[in-house]
Amino acid sequence: MARPMSYKRPKNLKKTLLRLGHYLGGHKLAMAAVAVLVVVSSGANIMGTYLLKPVINRFIVPGDLEGLLRAVVMMGIMYGLGALATLGYNQIMVRTAQQVVAQIRRDLFTHTQTLPLQYFDARTHGELMSHFTNDVDAVTEALNNSFAMLIQSFVMVTGTIVMLVVLDWRLSIIVIAFLLVMLAVILYSGRRSKAYYTSQQANLADLNGFVEEMVAGQKVEKVFHHEEADFQEFCRRNEALRQSGTRAFRYSGMMIPTVVSLSYFNYALSACIGGMFVLGGLTDLGSLSSYLVYVRQSAMPMNQFTQQSNFLMNALSGAERIFDMMDVQSEVDQGDVTLVQVRRGADGALEPCQGYTGEFAWRCPTGEGAELVPLRGDVRFHDVTFSYVPGRPVLRGVSLYAKPGQKIAFVGSTGAGKTTIINLITRFYEVEEGSITYDGIDLRRIRKADLRRSLSVVVQDTHLFTGTVADNIRYGRLDATDEEVRQAAVLANADSFIRRLPHGYDTVLTGDGDNLSQGQRQLIAIARAAVARPPVFILDEATSSIDTRTEKLIERGLDTLMEGRTVFVIAHRLSTVRNANAIMVVEQGEIMERGDHQELLDQRGRYFQLYTGQAQLS
Amino acid sequence: MELFRRLGSYLHKYRRYGILAVACIALETVFELVIPLIMANIIDIGVVTGDRAYIFQQGVLMCLCALVSLALGVGSAHFTALCGHGLGAELRKAEYQKVQSFSFANRDRFHTESLVTRLTTDVTTIQNALLGGMRPGIRAPIMMTTSIVLSFAINARLALVFLVAAPVLGVLLFQIISRVRPLYSKMQSAVDQVNRIVQENLTAVRVVKAYVRGEYEVEKFSEVNQNLQQVSQRSFRIAVLNMPAMQLVMYATILAILWLGGGMIAGGDLQVGKLTGFLSYVLQVLNSLMMMSNVFLLLTRAMASGWRILEVMDEPPDIGEERAQDVEVERGAIRFDHVSFKYRREAREYVLRDICLDIAPGQTVGIIGGTGSAKSTLVQLIPRLYEVTEGQVLVDGRPVWEYPLAHLRDAIAMVLQKNTLFSGTIGENLRWGKADATEEELDQACAIACADEFVSRLEKGYDTQLGQGGVNVSGGQKQRLCLARAILKSPKVLILDDSTSAVDMVTEARIREGLEKALPQTTKIIIAQRITSVLHADQIVILQDGRVDDVGTHWELLERSRIYQEIYHSQQEGAGL
Repeated sequence: MARPMSYKRPKNLKKTLLRLGHYLGGHKLAMAAVAVLVVVSSGANIMGTYLLKPVINRFIVPGDLEGLLRAVVMMGIMYGLGALATLGYNQIMVRTAQQVVAQIRRDLFTHTQTLPLQYFDARTHGELMSHFTNDVDAVTEALNNSFAMLIQSFVMVTGTIVMLVVLDWRLSIIVIAFLLVMLAVILYSGRRSKAYYTSQQANLADLNGFVEEMVAGQKVEKVFHHEEADFQEFCRRNEALRQSGTRAFRYSGMMIPTVVSLSYFNYALSACIGGMFVLGGLTDLGSLSSYLVYVRQSAMPMNQFTQQSNFLMNALSGAERIFDMMDVQSEVDQGDVTLVQVRRGADGALEPCQGYTGEFAWRCPTGEGAELVPLRGDVRFHDVTFSYVPGRPVLRGVSLYAKPGQKIAFVGSTGAGKTTIINLITRFYEVEEGSITYDGIDLRRIRKADLRRSLSVVVQDTHLFTGTVADNIRYGRLDATDEEVRQAAVLANADSFIRRLPHGYDTVLTGDGDNLSQGQRQLIAIARAAVARPPVFILDEATSSIDTRTEKLIERGLDTLMEGRTVFVIAHRLSTVRNANAIMVVEQGEIMERGDHQELLDQRGRYFQLYTGQAQLS
Repeated sequence: MELFRRLGSYLHKYRRYGILAVACIALETVFELVIPLIMANIIDIGVVTGDRAYIFQQGVLMCLCALVSLALGVGSAHFTALCGHGLGAELRKAEYQKVQSFSFANRDRFHTESLVTRLTTDVTTIQNALLGGMRPGIRAPIMMTTSIVLSFAINARLALVFLVAAPVLGVLLFQIISRVRPLYSKMQSAVDQVNRIVQENLTAVRVVKAYVRGEYEVEKFSEVNQNLQQVSQRSFRIAVLNMPAMQLVMYATILAILWLGGGMIAGGDLQVGKLTGFLSYVLQVLNSLMMMSNVFLLLTRAMASGWRILEVMDEPPDIGEERAQDVEVERGAIRFDHVSFKYRREAREYVLRDICLDIAPGQTVGIIGGTGSAKSTLVQLIPRLYEVTEGQVLVDGRPVWEYPLAHLRDAIAMVLQKNTLFSGTIGENLRWGKADATEEELDQACAIACADEFVSRLEKGYDTQLGQGGVNVSGGQKQRLCLARAILKSPKVLILDDSTSAVDMVTEARIREGLEKALPQTTKIIIAQRITSVLHADQIVILQDGRVDDVGTHWELLERSRIYQEIYHSQQEGAGL
């Protein structure tokens, strides 16, 4: 069966094979068993055909029924073994293939979790997704079918050729010559159709991308009544796919009939020359007949062999893309400072303990033993410079400090670098120049997981997971009790609307929380952060879609929760930041002003402008 | 069967090619059956009588047949390709068109990812089933019937073996297929689950990292991954049984014929040559059955996809134009007449309840209210993105359903809260508002939306490429572009759904002034969080839990509405001015 696929060849065949082999390594026994069983199964098949002639000649023609019975029983045993072998290798192969593929998927996913944020920001979701779908599928397909089929058709081809040579080596020259011609045809058209399939694949990707974007943006399409134009565009791409697909299939679909016709020529030639041989006394009639049976048989496995090797090549290039992703460097983390729960001992000194005490400390390993530094939430930037694109700094020599228990706000126009500051505190990105300290410890010394555990970040684009509302809130702290989840929701002012949902806290959110309004999603995200009870809270435009009255209520709740702890707030709305202890006005990657609301107003600077922009109007 | 009939109906334009493909394949198969007969002539007549000329002549005949069959084979590939890809294209087109006709409510019933899969992968599966199944699907039955007929012709008694073998094989294959079928759809949903988790992890990568939930996600993934592994293992383990089952029956038949045939030859009821011929037909029959079972497995997989597509096709679009008349929006007056709404008929709670509003043409109306008070839902009823459950929305005194959707939505521009820019240039995105807009018109719209300053700073201006979802512009810039796009429509009614939330105060005020000046005739409806955004409105609507709490001007509301006062103070508190 020919099917659309791109006959891509892996760049480094050997390396990819070795790594795939590594995955199969744990199944060495199974693979060996499959190889043996495939040989047995195809052997039984070939032998069966081969034995028909002697059985007929030796037992049936002379009427030796007893001998015939023996032969039939013998053949029965052989066939039985063949069928058993087929059953065996198929079952083993299915098991092995699924286990290997599941392992690959799991490793790929696990590795994905360790990749730095940069990696995701630089690629589209579709691109990353396709490793999990298309590439993994190609490997599955090959393991499911191609491996066994390749061995099988190889055995069949060689077996048939051997039989042909044994039966009549002179006649076999014709057949072998034809097989070579067929091979050439197959290889040639394989190369040609590869080009067509590549163009089909490109058109398919093009169409899929379009469909994905349009379905996702369909509400906008409706609002603008833009259906007609998009449909035209869709039809254009659809038609391009149809044409290239038709071309590709036409070409690859011709391969089988061509090979079959070649085999008829082969057949005809063999028959004529064989006939001459018989007439010339070079062979006998019986041998010729059974010889011709093999001639007929020889073409198909050949065809199958090349087709399967194409599948295999495709799988290997998929595997290569998977391995490439697995080779992407994980997030670097050389931190050895960890976060521990502590309590005050009898002598007033800190001591690590189990369970939630509300007090944390950094455990800094020293030469011998470790030192405990209480977590206070003292974050300082020392001359920090950073750029996403080299040469275009987003932050230039930023220095700032947040004292424990302070609420620090960042305001400024979009693109000024506010979110970047958060990206650096959370170490989603690494500082280029300068340094950041956290309670006096260089950020780079702190283990990333522990650093992030000490912070709760709520970002503007809230992402919820498929699952119940309670599950989504509990994401902040997995062992939170139902009561704690509810309390967090109350704090975030989400409790009342959650209780009005069809199943309350057990309502299942689907997709990306599509069935909630933007504001409601933000409320859940805040509850999720609140339940984590972190020492430091970061709100990045976290209340942008929430009305100011609700925001006020949340603020009060957070103030109680975060008593004595550090909070970072980024917002456009000045009402959100007004109560901060320190407000930083960020413009063009630099901190222009710093002070509390009143101080900044008195300065009559940028903040004053921003604020009175509103004030003038009221 | 229903499924195939319905899917087949999408072939219409390509039916011709389908018929030609079937004809080519059938004829090719006939030639394949004729060639061995010629071969038999060469041996039985040519070689036996020693007639070299005859051998040569038959050899040439065979080559001619091979040529014809080559031509037919090429033809069949050609027509199959046209027909298969034609079906795929038509199916995709019809489905896409159907999805386009979906209202917001229809759309809410399907996840985006699932719709995309149904439009892409599922169609490809069906297309491939046709492309791959056509040849074996036609050849196998022809081969089988001919072989059975011929073997009965050779020896009817011996052919009775078929009557045992065929049903046994049939039952076995049926058992396999009927067991595999439900498993395939289970497998499909297991795949969906795996993809869903991967997808969610890609979009929410910041959340996962911020909460250090990598291991938790891996655990979650392992669970669905293992489930997928088990389900696929179960399905494939059963599916691959067809191979040994097939071999078993085939081998048993050969042995039975050898044994029975041997007996008959001994009894003089059968010649040796006939037995050999008979055996080759037996192989033919069983091979055809094998091919057919493969086609069935292929179809079984395609059927799961087919139903998924039909689910989309069968979704009744709940907003149609049956009652539309040839009228256009002239002035932009809007009236809500006791409107109630819920997203699903079966839902208990109403989202909007008994809304009555009167908006005169050219008025500016502010809508303000708590999170989840259904502000967005309210305005989405005006361009009929959702259909009211009770009551009526009237535009210029006519119910909205009297307008053709095209006219209605052309006249009413809306900037959504969750807005989207598409991949393409900024200019292309803006021209969604007006396809033939000139550069000046773009400039004008951008100036009103305050997008001109940053667009002009871009190296390529309107020709700047935007990535999917407009990833390379900031939130505030995106909002301003979306606004400009809506302004370009020069609409009768302009609805802004919290669409300047990421824009700073000063810019927002400038936008508001610009709108007032440039579009004085346009009815403007503004949903906002900030009082300053609605302060100057002719009337301000306060929504509370899906009901209109109060309507009035800023000063009226400040005086009498408790909610409004609270909102106002929450934004003024500590202003210190």
